[in-house]
Amino acid sequence: MIELDLKKKLLGAQGEFTLDVRLRIEPGEFVTLFGESGAGKTTLLRCLAGLAEPDAGSIRVNGITWFDQHTRLPVQQRRVGYMFQDYALFPNMSVRGNLEFAQRKRANCQRVIELIEMMALGELQQRKPATLSGGQQQRVALARALAAEPQLLLLDEPFSALDHETRLRLQDEVLRLQRHFGITTVMVSHDVSEVYRLSRRVLVVEQGCIVRAGQPAEVFGAGQASGKFTFAGEVLAIEAADVVYAVTLLVGNQIVRVIASADEVQRIKIGDRVMLLSKAFNPMLVPV
Amino acid sequence: MTYDWQPLLLTFKLAAVTTFILCLIGIPFAWWLSQTRTRIKPVLETLVSMPLVLPPSVLGFYLLLAFSPTSWFGHFMDQAVGLKLAFSFEGLVLASVLFSLPFMVHPVQAGFQSLPASLAEASYTLGKTRWQTFLYVLLPNIKPSLLSGIVLAFAHTIGEFGVVLMIGGNLPGETRVASIAIYDEVESLNYAAANFYAMVLFAVCFSILLTVYLVNKRMVRSEW
Repeated sequence: MIELDLKKKLLGAQGEFTLDVRLRIEPGEFVTLFGESGAGKTTLLRCLAGLAEPDAGSIRVNGITWFDQHTRLPVQQRRVGYMFQDYALFPNMSVRGNLEFAQRKRANCQRVIELIEMMALGELQQRKPATLSGGQQQRVALARALAAEPQLLLLDEPFSALDHETRLRLQDEVLRLQRHFGITTVMVSHDVSEVYRLSRRVLVVEQGCIVRAGQPAEVFGAGQASGKFTFAGEVLAIEAADVVYAVTLLVGNQIVRVIASADEVQRIKIGDRVMLLSKAFNPMLVPV
Repeated sequence: MTYDWQPLLLTFKLAAVTTFILCLIGIPFAWWLSQTRTRIKPVLETLVSMPLVLPPSVLGFYLLLAFSPTSWFGHFMDQAVGLKLAFSFEGLVLASVLFSLPFMVHPVQAGFQSLPASLAEASYTLGKTRWQTFLYVLLPNIKPSLLSGIVLAFAHTIGEFGVVLMIGGNLPGETRVASIAIYDEVESLNYAAANFYAMVLFAVCFSILLTVYLVNKRMVRSEW
């Protein structure tokens, strides 16, 4: 069980704000910290790992104090598996070397062999990290974090640099390993689908505070579902077509053409940012 | 005609000893500089860089005063450690270490700074101490910078003249290094001997630097 209560001043894009979080995490739980970048998620993770120091508060893990007014347990003794956004694999060591270096005690070869097998790294074990693809590096980083037999796994946006398919495959892998080892896991993410797939509990962090918490379906779903689509878009062109106007919009990466009345067109010009609202009374769901 | 090899051998001995000492103190110091947040960091960096711009005679002059048995430092070194620094090989080593410090520290410090911070942090989360991290994670990943530092420090010590002239004098076998010998031979219009020393120094420095460039090129290619 992790009990965490910490405060830390942070400098964000909109000036100074305070990270102020109280949190309990049950053993074996998979928790996600969700929010915009710069909200303080990574700092929270770093405080938990011991890589950053809170200004005040306390961190207790399984009854042992990691941090409070008098105690600062060094990062080396916290036994966390931390997966960095850039993976931080050691370039001078082979895949196997990275895993072996991670071991607390030299003797436990079994775990390395098991992890290499589980992550299908057998073919790659003599290769250097620089010669691996992003997905492969990610798998090595995950295996290395687990090789140290951590009591807590911290994942900092582990899938952000991967393409969609690799991402799905590795999400399954993380889930499988997390269940296999029954390890308490905290993940930072700003991807809703990822949160849905992986975690039982999501904490939405905004400006350093947890503003919502619960199961992903509760937090992202029901309460706010309105049967309406809302998109932000940019006006690319306005053309007259008989009695109405055809407006071409850029929504995300898609170019959309919609009909507008003369009244509506009077209030917009090319280049404006607009909201596009639509009642979803007849949407089609097509698997991709 | 036979040439006296002693000044050349002395030069290489001085360069080797100096480089060895610089490895022991310069590399850890460069690491410390690369990650310290102390306020006096700019002052320290300036001090390290001073030999790059200062005339060697300035450094030599102050070292001469410091090494003299009448100064407290020279007196202390003589009485407590038993080292006579003025006009001795040991004095030359100490001066060379100071004078070649930036050539070791700069490339190595730049090497450490080019490594992502997450590398060391990852090692810490895996339970490794700072020393283990330094030895097994950081040092092996800045090999090209280490090589540059070692070679530049070595080559620069070979090329020293002003400081040696100020504090070493011209004692054969003790402080008469090749650069001094060249000057000395020219003074006595002995151009053939001067040419011999000069040629050897030129050839040695050229081949050392060429090797570094070739090796560095290959290292960079194999790592990326």
